Amino acid sequence: MNMMLMAVGVLGAIGASGATILYFIGQKFKVYEDPRIEPVQDALPGVNCGACGFPGCNSFAKACVEADSLEDLNCPVGGADTMASVATILDKAASKVAKKIAVVRCNGTCENRPDKNEYDGAANCAIAAQLYGGSTDCSFGCYGLGDCEAVCPFDAIHVNPVTLIPEVDVEKCTACNKCVVACPKQLIELRKQGPKSRRIFVSCMNQDKGAIARRACQVACIGCGKCVKACPFDAITMENNLAYIDDDKCRLCRKCVPVCPTNSIWELNFPPPRKVETKKETASVDA
Amino acid sequence: MLKTFRIGGIHPEENKFSAGKSIETIAIPSEVIVPLAQHIGAPCQAVVKRGEQVKVGTLLGKSVGFVSANIHSPVSGTVKKIDKALDASGYKRDAVFIDVVDDIWEESIDKTNSLNRDYDFTSKEIIDKIFAAGIVGMGGATFPTHVKLTPPPGTKAEVLIINGVECEPYLTADHTLMMEKTEEIFVGIQLLMKAVNVNRAVIGIENNKRDAIDKFRETAKFYPSIKIQPLKVQYPQGGEKQLIDAVLSRQVPSGALPISVGAVVQNVGTAFAVYEAVQKNKPLVERVVTVTGKDVTNHCNVLSRIGVPLRNLIEHAGGLPETTGKVVSGGPMMGKALASIDIPVTKGTSGILIIPTLEARRKQMKDCIKCGKCVNICPMGLNPTLLMTLTEYEVWDKAEKEKITDCIECGSCSYTCPSDRPLLDYIRLGKSKVMGIMRTRKD
Repeated sequence: MNMMLMAVGVLGAIGASGATILYFIGQKFKVYEDPRIEPVQDALPGVNCGACGFPGCNSFAKACVEADSLEDLNCPVGGADTMASVATILDKAASKVAKKIAVVRCNGTCENRPDKNEYDGAANCAIAAQLYGGSTDCSFGCYGLGDCEAVCPFDAIHVNPVTLIPEVDVEKCTACNKCVVACPKQLIELRKQGPKSRRIFVSCMNQDKGAIARRACQVACIGCGKCVKACPFDAITMENNLAYIDDDKCRLCRKCVPVCPTNSIWELNFPPPRKVETKKETASVDA
Repeated sequence: MLKTFRIGGIHPEENKFSAGKSIETIAIPSEVIVPLAQHIGAPCQAVVKRGEQVKVGTLLGKSVGFVSANIHSPVSGTVKKIDKALDASGYKRDAVFIDVVDDIWEESIDKTNSLNRDYDFTSKEIIDKIFAAGIVGMGGATFPTHVKLTPPPGTKAEVLIINGVECEPYLTADHTLMMEKTEEIFVGIQLLMKAVNVNRAVIGIENNKRDAIDKFRETAKFYPSIKIQPLKVQYPQGGEKQLIDAVLSRQVPSGALPISVGAVVQNVGTAFAVYEAVQKNKPLVERVVTVTGKDVTNHCNVLSRIGVPLRNLIEHAGGLPETTGKVVSGGPMMGKALASIDIPVTKGTSGILIIPTLEARRKQMKDCIKCGKCVNICPMGLNPTLLMTLTEYEVWDKAEKEKITDCIECGSCSYTCPSDRPLLDYIRLGKSKVMGIMRTRKD
């Protein structure tokens, strides 16, 4: 009995002294963490994709807490809703960055852009880009080997097996910028999603002169400049035989779309829905 | 006992079908396309305009920057336009299109074949002449020769090594040149020795070119400072660092230039071009190209002007065989598959290789079985399979530590891999990424 009591006493004493030491060490080396970081991090998507420019969601949460205003901070993945909830937690004004979507600026499908040779090296766009400009006469277009698909953390971009051009899933795309960086041809751009997902852009990156571009691909921008003249808002610029529509200035009036002789300007999600298709048909009849 | 380099190496099938064929001259076509980027370094700046008359040897592009080389007109005629044209890089780059009229040479050029052994130039004069003539490394790397002959301050060359190895299978351009222009090459070597101020030169020749070794030994009796070193047949012995190891048993440290062990390496083709530039005032306007392949009817070594479409050379060799699967510029190991045969001959076109479909197809890539063959044969002592994995997962800091930038892109690893993994494709990608990162860090 005595022995038992002794054991309890000794172990209890060791435990108590250990606890005391631990308590003081804990006090001494305590790291203060802002209690708001955790709820902010919980409000974020938690994919750690790095699209915000920070290494992960935790760093972004810290930056949100420390910043005076949320103006320059934006989580492209979560979008306005997430930033609004972060703003409520922190009691700061939310940033107002328009939601963006990745668009692929090449429409060089097998039909539009016939193959001149065949690539059978490693299935990787970056490796193909070291070898040559592409299997067609256009050296600016898509290789269709899917570096963008491989890098997308949201399963939002897929190379269409028939056309060999990547297609973006608007529902899933979060504008994280990963495919933009991965594409060796700089074909992917983040553009404003637009009201009701309506967007207009030049679906071509070919900087060759008109005749050469047209010979290589039926739907290439030939740099004719008709769209520049048609645009009432000065939103279109022409550089190196290639038109570019500035989405800050574009008001989606669609005046540039019908004047393009090669249908390289795309309009998405406008009513009537497949106007581009019908126009393409007439164009091919004419040709 | 024949010498060779100590680490790694392979011995692919030699297939030198065109060996022993004498040099044939290719007719000048009615239009040539002269690319303005034919060398490693900054592309040239065009100095001619549309409609301007040019003669053979007229300067077309002026070198800009230190690592760059002049480009001269290979034909006489009228400049048609300066526009983008597809070249061996696989991209469209600036080139001068010339409509050919007659074959008139600049008066200063001695275009006779007479041998001229005597010279009286200082080192500086020789290097200036080489620079003016736009000479680049003729082995295929196309590094401007005058840069190699100007050692960085504080370094001193001891020995000149001449690369007569031609370790690439199929190619025989250097071999043929060595057989037909022996004396010229020796004079060129003497000029190069004078240029870098050394009194010793060693010519490394692989043992599969017995006739060249014999002929060179015979000639070397009259040139006591030039020695011939026969080498065991081993790929990639033509690599600069491998050749120095084989000939001098000296190892160039990682990231250092050959000059750090007192060596300057030049190709036999370069030595011949130097002879022509210095003794004949002839800029680099033509070169010897091997046209070969298993199903080619007429294997040949041809002398072609720069700018002639490869199509003409292939036609000379009997046209494209029906079985053609791939046309490669250069040899089978380091050459580059071409997107079109309408691209022009450039200073670096050492050969045109036509590979039949059956051999051209890449095999399905399988998983790495960790057999270590690629590690065994890597002539730079790297670990190719690790480098490929690091590139796949973009672990650049580790790739840099594993010395990915040491890779000489010889392709031995891809050749030897039993799982047909595209090791070199990935390593090359990783190498360029890591080099980019290192450059930004330096800036």
